Amino acid sequence: MVVPIYHVLIFAALLFVIGVIGVLFRRSAIIVFMSIEIMLNAVNLAFIAFSRYHGNVNGQVFVFFIMTLAAVEVAVGLAIIISLFRNLQTSDITEIHMMKH
Amino acid sequence: MGEILYLIPLFPLLGFLANGLLGRWLSERQSGMVASMAVLGSFMISAQALLALLALPEEQRLFTQSLFAWIPVGALQIDIGYTFDPLSAVMTMVVSGVGLLIHIYSIGYMHGDPGIRRYFSFLNLFTFMMLTLVLADNLVLLFLGWEGVGLCSYLLIGFWFDDEAKARAGMKAFIVNRIGDAGFIVAMVLLYTQFGTLSITEIAQAAPGAQVGRGFFTAVTMLMFLGATGKSAQIPLYVWLPDAMAGPTPVSALIHAATMVTAGVYLIARNSVLFTLAPATMMLVAIIGILTAFYAATIAVTQNDIKKVLAYSTISQLGYMFTAVGVGAFSAGIFHLMTHAFFKGLLFLGAGSVIHGLKGEQDMGKMGGLKEYLPTTYWTMTVGVLAISGIPGLSGFFSKDEILWSAFSQHEGFRWIWLLGVLTAGLTAFYMSRLLFRTFYGEATWKETHKPHESPSVMTIPLVLLAFLSIFGGYVGIPEVLGGINRFHHFLQPVLASYPIVSESAQHGSHLLELLLMAVSILIVLAGLYYAYRIYVRRPSLAEDLAQRLKPAYKLSFNKYYIDEVYDHLIVQPFTALASFSWKWFDVQVVDGTVNESGRSIGRLSALIRRIQNGFIQHYASIILLGVIFILLYLLLD
Repeated sequence: MVVPIYHVLIFAALLFVIGVIGVLFRRSAIIVFMSIEIMLNAVNLAFIAFSRYHGNVNGQVFVFFIMTLAAVEVAVGLAIIISLFRNLQTSDITEIHMMKH
Repeated sequence: MGEILYLIPLFPLLGFLANGLLGRWLSERQSGMVASMAVLGSFMISAQALLALLALPEEQRLFTQSLFAWIPVGALQIDIGYTFDPLSAVMTMVVSGVGLLIHIYSIGYMHGDPGIRRYFSFLNLFTFMMLTLVLADNLVLLFLGWEGVGLCSYLLIGFWFDDEAKARAGMKAFIVNRIGDAGFIVAMVLLYTQFGTLSITEIAQAAPGAQVGRGFFTAVTMLMFLGATGKSAQIPLYVWLPDAMAGPTPVSALIHAATMVTAGVYLIARNSVLFTLAPATMMLVAIIGILTAFYAATIAVTQNDIKKVLAYSTISQLGYMFTAVGVGAFSAGIFHLMTHAFFKGLLFLGAGSVIHGLKGEQDMGKMGGLKEYLPTTYWTMTVGVLAISGIPGLSGFFSKDEILWSAFSQHEGFRWIWLLGVLTAGLTAFYMSRLLFRTFYGEATWKETHKPHESPSVMTIPLVLLAFLSIFGGYVGIPEVLGGINRFHHFLQPVLASYPIVSESAQHGSHLLELLLMAVSILIVLAGLYYAYRIYVRRPSLAEDLAQRLKPAYKLSFNKYYIDEVYDHLIVQPFTALASFSWKWFDVQVVDGTVNESGRSIGRLSALIRRIQNGFIQHYASIILLGVIFILLYLLLD
């Protein structure tokens, strides 16, 4: 059975929206970070869907790149969060606003 | 000969650079030597050029050299070009010759001054600029020299600039000269629009046949004359010259007596063709000249500062020169310019020697009885006084008499000019001998404070040489009536315009009349000398009595007719008020206000916008999201 591309795309869109909502409304920096990862994976899913639909592997190559970059990003991002926590004893991003104006 | 003309101004320029850039490695004496050698070089080349010029037949006496294009802008082509004709020859000889003596004198006078290298570099720069002025073959290069000497005048008047009053005197000279220079510039622009060239010879050739109204030449020459009144200290722009005495005395001798201040006379003589086409200007030049001569002489009579007397005397003698060129006797004007450079240079250097001997004292009331202490200075200054008074046989006599005779014979309406001229000659004899008697005769009033000494020979030798020139310098222009042939006049005649009225009416006057007038002026001069002798040597108390009896006139003259005060009220103060209004109201309120208000309003706008920047990361993310949604909507709806 072939899953129609619409279903996959709708699923990817849903995942992306969930990620966006997580980024916008959650207060824990870790959760926000995970939401960003969800958004990235939603995009990856869309890439794969189109790759298969068009029979072109370029999309899948992109996904590998994104996954690599995401791994790097996690390393840096987590380091930042740990550093923030060490300095401020919190990971609540609504309390981290030293860069205000 | 033409191809080495550039060396004449080049030497002082090199001297200026040497002293200006390398001065710190030169000893005091070397610095003076470098400067003097530079001027000596110019003098040698000038003398060589003069001899070469004299060897040529009269109508071919002209050397030219064009070095390179200086300002080529479209049709306007201005070269650095030099002209050496009889007029330039006289001027370069005076500038480099008298300049050389004054440079040498300065070695002694400025001895021990910490700024001596700066002094010599300025003095060389001045000589360079002055030589450029007199050798220039176009008006723009002439103007460069004209402004250059003005700059050096400013620098040297304010040479001791840590004295506020002296620095101000320099600024006054500079600003007053600006007024005249504006006239000069406008005259140049007018000439260019009419003739399409600024070459002096080309304009002189084109001018007589030019299709323009008479008013054109009147306007141009009036504007040039305005420039001349500024540079040559004539009414109404003479006020800077007395203040210019703040500079070192050799500077007063070189710049403010012998050379720079005569540039106005040179300008008129150089453009004599234009001036003869404007009889109205000529008349004005003559009238301003004689009025200045008389007016300045009446002030000189009561001044007590030895240099101020000489300054007013210079203004007065410059007035004579303008009278001469105004009545069309251009060569007489240049002749007096030359003899004046000798005897006034001598008098200033003599005064400098006295001041040097008394450690800076300039008040004649604190001198007296110096005859035995400064013998060389005394007798050389006596020669200078007799020469400027116009005692027969000395240089001043021949040149002054030629001017007076030209004024008399020029036009019947101008007889009063002759009369004023003769009166001025009497006043000149009076105030100059007053200076001599008060300085060298009578009671010594300095005994407790000073031990006067004769100046070193580096200063007295120039005095002796100038005294020699003051005696014999006039023999190049002995008038025909005294059996001479007036070589000087014939030498200059080919390059000067002849004013037809002069020659016609000069023929009407008989030699007997000329001799008679000469006798009258000699008598008046002798009377002036005699009264000065009576008042200042025989009965010194008489001076006080006279001052008391003629109190209003005395006060008027002593306070220089209050002209400085009048100018201060009429021009300086309104100008200061305008400037302070522009500053305190317009600049502070309008200009600064606009700038500050625009700054403040941007600040207010920013205060509104910065609320967006609240530091909450999710806030920013929402805005990014909104932006993305807008872009997507735009793409979808397009």
